[in-house]
Amino acid sequence: MAYVIKKTGVLIISLVLISLLAFLAFQIIPADPTTKILGTDYTPEKAEALREQLGLNDPLPARYLNWLKGLISGDPGISYSYFMPVKEVMQGKIQVTAALSLFSWVLVMLFSIPMGIILARFQGGHLERTGIVLNQVFMAVPPFFLGMLFTYLFGLVLQWFTPGGYVPFSAGFGKAMGYLFFPALAIAIPKAAKTAKLLRSSILNEMNKDYVRTAYSRGNSRWAVLRDHVLRNAMLPVITYLAMSLADTVAGSIIVEQVFALPGLGRLLLSSIGNRDFPVAQCIVVIIAFIVIFMNYLADIVTQYVDPRVRLN
Amino acid sequence: MKHYLKDKNFKAGLIITGLMVLVILIGLFWTPYDPNAMSGSEKLQGPSAAHWFGTDNFGRDIFSRVVQGAGATFLIAAATVAIGLVVGLIIGGLTGYYGGLLDEILMRIADSILAFPSILLALVMIAILGKGKYNIILALGLLFIPSFARIVRTEVAKQKNTDYVRNAKLMGAGDMRILFIHIMPNIIPVLLSSVAIGFNNAVLSEASMSYLGMGVQPPDPSLGRMLSEAQGYLFQAPWYAIFTGVAIILLILGFGLLSEGMGGE
Repeated sequence: MAYVIKKTGVLIISLVLISLLAFLAFQIIPADPTTKILGTDYTPEKAEALREQLGLNDPLPARYLNWLKGLISGDPGISYSYFMPVKEVMQGKIQVTAALSLFSWVLVMLFSIPMGIILARFQGGHLERTGIVLNQVFMAVPPFFLGMLFTYLFGLVLQWFTPGGYVPFSAGFGKAMGYLFFPALAIAIPKAAKTAKLLRSSILNEMNKDYVRTAYSRGNSRWAVLRDHVLRNAMLPVITYLAMSLADTVAGSIIVEQVFALPGLGRLLLSSIGNRDFPVAQCIVVIIAFIVIFMNYLADIVTQYVDPRVRLN
Repeated sequence: MKHYLKDKNFKAGLIITGLMVLVILIGLFWTPYDPNAMSGSEKLQGPSAAHWFGTDNFGRDIFSRVVQGAGATFLIAAATVAIGLVVGLIIGGLTGYYGGLLDEILMRIADSILAFPSILLALVMIAILGKGKYNIILALGLLFIPSFARIVRTEVAKQKNTDYVRNAKLMGAGDMRILFIHIMPNIIPVLLSSVAIGFNNAVLSEASMSYLGMGVQPPDPSLGRMLSEAQGYLFQAPWYAIFTGVAIILLILGFGLLSEGMGGE
């Protein structure tokens, strides 16, 4: 319990620090939104009034505190491009990115765990050698290129889905998830290959230990040893890795949303950087950073729960 | 070097990377066509004897463009790795050798940076710096410093208490001499492996950022930028995307295998 409290303390400090860093990063950029928002209506008086209204005349610490307060209460400022609350600009986008990254995260687990076990089980055989070569190639394929291959093969040639024809969740959960399947697969495959490789080497590492020899000497088959003894230990580093890889699937969706024209946070982030709409960009960066930090926190907690040795250290 | 050649991964990586570098080098002096020469009568042709990889929407030869793009991507990756390596060597070397509070603080910072997906950090840096070839080199180079610094620090800290270092100290060698003349040569094998993995990451990051339109801008060539152009012609000219993508995969795969063969992750 003391461990959880300590980690939670570190978590809160990290979240505050990261929000400060993200805030400062976007303050470096000289951006006066007033000319953009006012357009042809621009007069120095109106600009001054607008600056006052947006709180841009406040000193830096006050602006940070205001922004942080807004972020916590769910109102992180006004978009410079659309001149409406960031909250409204982001409406519905978070769900797309969340669904896509969670979906691909589940796929990573579904592929990598059996794959890693099979590679380790058939160590030294042809199956393993072919598997390792394939695995190595899959690791090298950029998700956005996989996305384009899927678009060509399953979208244009086989016509299983309409490329660019995003299906919103209002059209039914199943249909929406159906459209998200190929984007999720594109993100998941390279990540699953890396995870499978890690699991395989983790298992092979465990296989050399004394307890495995004991288990064999008691007449267990290789499968039984793997299943009942080795896997539990070999999974430990993989669990940490999997928890942290949710952050990577979120990052992967930034790119893959672009390939499949999905209206998610990633596309919004890119367009807001392009339009210099920094309140929106800043908010998205902070959201993704929070997810990363939170998943690292969860990984720590889960590892110590599964492996008491961590607690003692 | 010799014992690496016994490793299958290293051999495969060496062959793939070697071939790619050879083609890129030849491409600096000669490509079958001018990569930018347009030809209205030869738009979107499939692969043929005249155009090995076919032609794009302006009738430009895709093979020539892939060679040129691979060269540009390779150079950007090299510049990125160079920044990360040199700065990482200095920071990691000094902190690993002297230790202390600064070491603790810098490594904590490095760990926190490494926890974030590099694409997210790269996007933030590009938002600050602006788009373009040199800015993407700078952004990715800065992002690569922590991982190199971390590796160098660990290795230097390991070597610090060995007999040969104590010996050199007894002989009156200064700290800088010990660090850069005595210790550095001993960590070269680890460094080589991390340089290979650095290239692997740099090619992927450059391709991703340029694909998103945040990296290399027209008219500068890059494999990532070509892929985003190719996407618009996926139906009429799938070979455009496929050959460009395969070039990216080969670069990443080659460096990944090299790193693995040298005992990297």
